[in-house]
Amino acid sequence: MALLRRLQTPIILSLILIGIGIYGSLSGRVIERVIIELFINLMLVIALQMFMGNSGIVSFAHVGFMGIGAFTSILLTIPPEMKGRALRELYPVLQPLQAGFLPALLVAGIVTAIIAAIISYPLMRLSGSASVIATFALLVIIHVILKNWTQVTNGPRAVFGVETVTSLPMVAGAAIALVFGAVLFKDSNLGLKLLASREDEKAASSIGINIVQVRWIAFIISAFVAGIAGALYAHFLGQFGADQFYLAETFLVLSMLIIGGSASVSGATVGVIVVTLLTEAFRQVEASVNIAQALPFQISGAAPLLVSIIMILMLILRPDGIVGGRELRIIPPATSTD
Amino acid sequence: MNLTDVLQFLLSSLSLGGLYALMALGLSLVYGILKLVNFAYGEVVLVGGYALLVTARGPLPWLIAALACVAFAVIISVLLERVAFRPVRNASANTMLITSFAVSILIQNAARLFISPRPQAVTLPSFFTRTIRIGDLFISQRDVLSLIVSLIALGTLVLFLRRTTIGIAMRAAADDFTMSRVLGVRANRVIALAFVISGLLAGIVAVFWVARIGTITPEMGLTPVLIAFVAIVVGGMDSLEGAVLGGYLIGFLTVGLQTVLPQAALEFQQAFLFLIVILVLLFKPDGLISERRSIERV
Repeated sequence: MALLRRLQTPIILSLILIGIGIYGSLSGRVIERVIIELFINLMLVIALQMFMGNSGIVSFAHVGFMGIGAFTSILLTIPPEMKGRALRELYPVLQPLQAGFLPALLVAGIVTAIIAAIISYPLMRLSGSASVIATFALLVIIHVILKNWTQVTNGPRAVFGVETVTSLPMVAGAAIALVFGAVLFKDSNLGLKLLASREDEKAASSIGINIVQVRWIAFIISAFVAGIAGALYAHFLGQFGADQFYLAETFLVLSMLIIGGSASVSGATVGVIVVTLLTEAFRQVEASVNIAQALPFQISGAAPLLVSIIMILMLILRPDGIVGGRELRIIPPATSTD
Repeated sequence: MNLTDVLQFLLSSLSLGGLYALMALGLSLVYGILKLVNFAYGEVVLVGGYALLVTARGPLPWLIAALACVAFAVIISVLLERVAFRPVRNASANTMLITSFAVSILIQNAARLFISPRPQAVTLPSFFTRTIRIGDLFISQRDVLSLIVSLIALGTLVLFLRRTTIGIAMRAAADDFTMSRVLGVRANRVIALAFVISGLLAGIVAVFWVARIGTITPEMGLTPVLIAFVAIVVGGMDSLEGAVLGGYLIGFLTVGLQTVLPQAALEFQQAFLFLIVILVLLFKPDGLISERRSIERV
C-alpha cells in the first residue's frame, strides 16, 4: 500500500501517456509525428521541472543543453564515410568516431551533463534575477557557439542526412521512465533538500543543507535528461540547425511548464498535453480557413500567438498553473503517523 | 594608431555607446522600481520601428515619422505596463519575468503574422546616409546625430530626475520602493512614469537603430535588449548611473573588438559579451561601477 501510494502519481500519468501513445500508433503519419514530438517535449519539460520546479530557480539554459545533446549524438551516429558530406569542415579527429544509436544517446546525455557540471557550479550561488540573467546568458553563449563552430556543428548551415531512427515506442518508453524518475527524485532526500532551499534559503542552510551542492546535482541530472531529449529530437528531425535550439523552443517548453504548473510532475505532463492539443487544434483551424479561403489572405503562425496569450492569462489569473502545484492522486497522501 | 583612427574610434564608440546607454537606462529604471527584468523591452523598440516604417513611407516629413516612432514606443510601453505587468506586480519576480518573456514572444509573433516575417526596408532620409570628410576622417552624419541626441536625452533626464519633485520621487522609488511608498510616493504614478520614460528612450533608440541597419525584422528587438542586459549587469543592476556607464562601456568594447578581432572571431563576439555578464554576476554582483556594497544580513 505504501509503495502504491508513493507510485500512484507516476502510474496515473503513465496510463494517460500510454493512452496517448496507443492513439498515436493507430493514427496516421501526421498525428504520429505530433505525438513523438509531444513525448520529446515532455522529456525536456520534465527535465526543466526537476530543476526549476524543485529549486524555484528559472533556467533558460536547458534548450541549449538539448542542442549540445543533439549535436553530440549525430557526431557518433553519422557513419564516418558520410561525415564528409553532412559536416563539411569537421575536425579530422572526430571523423572516425562511430557508435550505435543507443550508446550515442547515452554519450550525448553524459557529455551534456559533464559540460553542465563544469559551467554551472559557480552559477548555483546566484538566485533571483541574477540567476535568470546568468542562465539566459548561458543560452546565448551556447547558441552562438553551436551556430558558429563550423568544424563541429556545420555552423550556420543545417545538418542533413541524420538517420531518423527515433520511434514512437522509444520516446514513449523514455518519457514514462522519466515520469517515474522525476516523481521519485522529488520525494528523494536530494529533492526534499532542494524544496527546502526553494522555500527558504536561509532556513535551509541553517539546518545544514549545502544549497549550492544540491542545486548543482539537480542541474546536472536535468541537463543529462535534456541532452538525451536533444539526441532523440535530432534523430527525429533528420535535418536541423542550431536555431532549432534557441528562443522559440525555450518559450515553448517554458510555456508548457508554466501553463501546467511548474511545481509538480503532473503539472509538467498536463502542460505539455494541453499546449500540444491547443497548438494542433489551432493549426487545423488555420489550415481549414486557408483552404476554404474564408479570409482574403492566408494566415500562418497563429498558434504560437495563441499560446503566448494563454500563457500571459495563466500567469495573471492562475500563476501556479492548471494543476496548481499538486500531484494527481487517488489515494490521499500519507499523514505524519505513517 | 594615428590621430584619425583614434577620433574615428571615439566617435563610433560614443555614438553606439549612447544608444546602449539609453536602452540600459530604460531597462534599469523599470528594474529599480519593480524588480522586473523586462524581456519585452526590445519589442518596444520593434513597435517604434514599425511605426517609423509605416509613417516614413507616407508623404510626411521624416521628422514627423521619427516622432511617431517615439510616440508609439511610449504608447506600447505604457500599455504593456497596464495590461500585462500591473496584474502580476505582486506576484513573484519569476512570474513577472516570465510574463515579460511571454509578452516579448507575443509581439514578435504578432509582427510575423500581421506584418511580415521578412525584413522590411525603411526609407531613410539622405542626411542619415551622408558622410562628411575632414582630411582622412570620415564622419557619418548619422553617428554624430545619434551621439548628440543621446547626450541631450541623458542630460534632460538627469535634470528631470534631480530637479523635479516627481523625478526625485522616482529616484527614491528606484532606490527603495517600499520605503518611498511609506513616505507618500504614489506607486501607480511613479511606475506609469517609469514606463513612459523607458518607452521614450526605446523610441529614440528605435530611430537610430533602424537607421543603422536599414531594415526591420520581427527579431530586431533582440540584439539591443541583450546588449542592455549586459550593460545593466556590468553597471550594477540597481544603479541608474551604472546603467549609463555600462552602456557606454559596452559601446567601446563592441567597437574595440570589431577593430581588433579577426573576422572569424567576431562571430563569437556576443558569446564573449555574455561571458563577461556571467563573470561579473559571479565576482562583482554589484557591478563594476556601482559604489554601493549591499551585504545581506540575516
